[in-house]
Amino acid sequence: MQGYIVKRILIAAFTVFTVLTVVFFVFRLGPADPVMVMLPPNATPQDAENLTKKFGLDKPLMVQYGNYLKNAFRGDFGSSFRFDEPALRVLLMRFPATLKLGLVTFILSVTVGLSIGLISAVKPDSIIDRIGRLFALAGMSLPSFWVGIMLILFFGVTLRWLPIAGRGTPLHYIMPAFCMSLYPIALITRLSRSSMLDALKSDYVVMARIKGVPEFYVILVHAFKNASIPVITVIFGIFGALMVGSAVVVEYIFSWPGIGRLVMESFFARDYPVVQVFVIVVTCMVVTLNLIVDIIYAYIDPRIRYQ
Amino acid sequence: MNFFSKKNKKKAKRRGGVRPPYIGLFCLGLFFTAVIFANVIAPYDPNEGDLFSTTIPPVWEKDGSLAHILGTDMLGRDVLSRIIHGSRMSLLISVGCILFYGSLGVVLGLISGFRGGRTDMVIMRLADLWLSLPGVIVLFMLAAVHGPSAKTIIITFGIMGWPGYARIVRGECLSLKQRDFVRLARVAGCSKLRIMFSHILPNIINTIIIMATIEIGGIIVMTASMSFLGLGTQPPSCDWGLMLAEGRQYITYAWWLVTFPGLAIVITVLGFNLTGDWLREVMDPKQKLR
Repeated sequence: MQGYIVKRILIAAFTVFTVLTVVFFVFRLGPADPVMVMLPPNATPQDAENLTKKFGLDKPLMVQYGNYLKNAFRGDFGSSFRFDEPALRVLLMRFPATLKLGLVTFILSVTVGLSIGLISAVKPDSIIDRIGRLFALAGMSLPSFWVGIMLILFFGVTLRWLPIAGRGTPLHYIMPAFCMSLYPIALITRLSRSSMLDALKSDYVVMARIKGVPEFYVILVHAFKNASIPVITVIFGIFGALMVGSAVVVEYIFSWPGIGRLVMESFFARDYPVVQVFVIVVTCMVVTLNLIVDIIYAYIDPRIRYQ
Repeated sequence: MNFFSKKNKKKAKRRGGVRPPYIGLFCLGLFFTAVIFANVIAPYDPNEGDLFSTTIPPVWEKDGSLAHILGTDMLGRDVLSRIIHGSRMSLLISVGCILFYGSLGVVLGLISGFRGGRTDMVIMRLADLWLSLPGVIVLFMLAAVHGPSAKTIIITFGIMGWPGYARIVRGECLSLKQRDFVRLARVAGCSKLRIMFSHILPNIINTIIIMATIEIGGIIVMTASMSFLGLGTQPPSCDWGLMLAEGRQYITYAWWLVTFPGLAIVITVLGFNLTGDWLREVMDPKQKLR
């Protein structure tokens, strides 16, 4: 078990290192000269030279790379051009908003997705199953950014029931959270339905029924517990990566002051240190999440450890 | 492939018959008609504006005119024509992405499954690593460095998408490798390349096609959202995501600008998803797609 955890941690560390390296080389070796990007159009060659010196860009590439890694290790990723503050701090200040929205989305999609999936599997071809399947299809086919715009159009502009931008009251969460959870709900519904259908057909469920276990317990304790394992892995495994993508889009549409919106603003303002730190922080988060899931999973399911 | 085996029939009956997804095929029909005959059926040049007839509402609204069935945008361009021409862009980008990462994934998966050993381990580790990177982030990096364009989108998704294919192809390859016809080919002295590409590949091509059909819907949504964010195609090209981005600024008084391009995306994606699901059901590949 310990060997397994150590191996996992090493792989995670290697992943983070690779991402750091890739980020460095993509930004340094791209056709855009960072100094030219940073400077205003009326800058003199002297300004360019000073800036080059300041950022150490006149040194050999490998030296720059070494410095970069050293600074990254200390949590220093350069300063934001726009705010004149450490890029990491700029990002972390906007982080709670994203986290809150993500949490609401997570709870919403897991509860709704799991319960629809569960009921659909227990009563196939019932009304809930049909509605669930329709909803899953819709969730897979409707682009979240368009749903967001339509919600704004309908509930914000026409009916004026809900606020269309910003955050503050619980009402502000409704549209963005709905929009973001559409795809995860569809995914979780599909997965939990198929996994639950398999579990209900298994021998241990038949056995439990023969023993005379009440149907309620058969479904919730015997079948659901086993069926939830693959679903949980998928939820945690992809949720991180999935959320980042939809967070950027949804925060952009609803002017949600989180990191997704920050990275869009920074991108268009050419504030690359912030974009860079966003890439690194998000990857670290996703990698850490995967690491935790792997370790928990190894605890739950001994077969994994001995692979 | 036993399409009509008893088991399948029974399953099909429960699901309401192996009947083709008429709705899905109809949607796809609309989409491909638009793609192929864009020049013939589009009433106007999609990029030609008329500043005397800006933001005309659709025909059934009060101020609508029959000349512009779905209305015009803020530059007086015909929305319907732009949507019809936009279908080409979305097909081009999504097929570009799938071809790019599909072929990368297939080649890496074949090598990984066929060679085994250390090569296999390295490729699969790389695939794990890749899957933990969110694609948007890579797009941000590439767009920051190379500037946003349709090409950037294709390259990003091309680089990012291969692990899914590689894993499935590898799995299939591992089991096919043990089959007699591959062994026979080896005995007959075929080169490794030849075994991989002319003995194993034809046997997994079905799976690959089904996967592509299922994935193309998702790819269309993703690429459109990237264009919507301004990270993909740039004005004045006709792209559905871009049209939504432009129309969003006028949402309070020109609802048709944000409604119809989105509907076009939904119809297309629904078409691909329904058809893809049906194809999978009919051909019944063994593995579950991600």
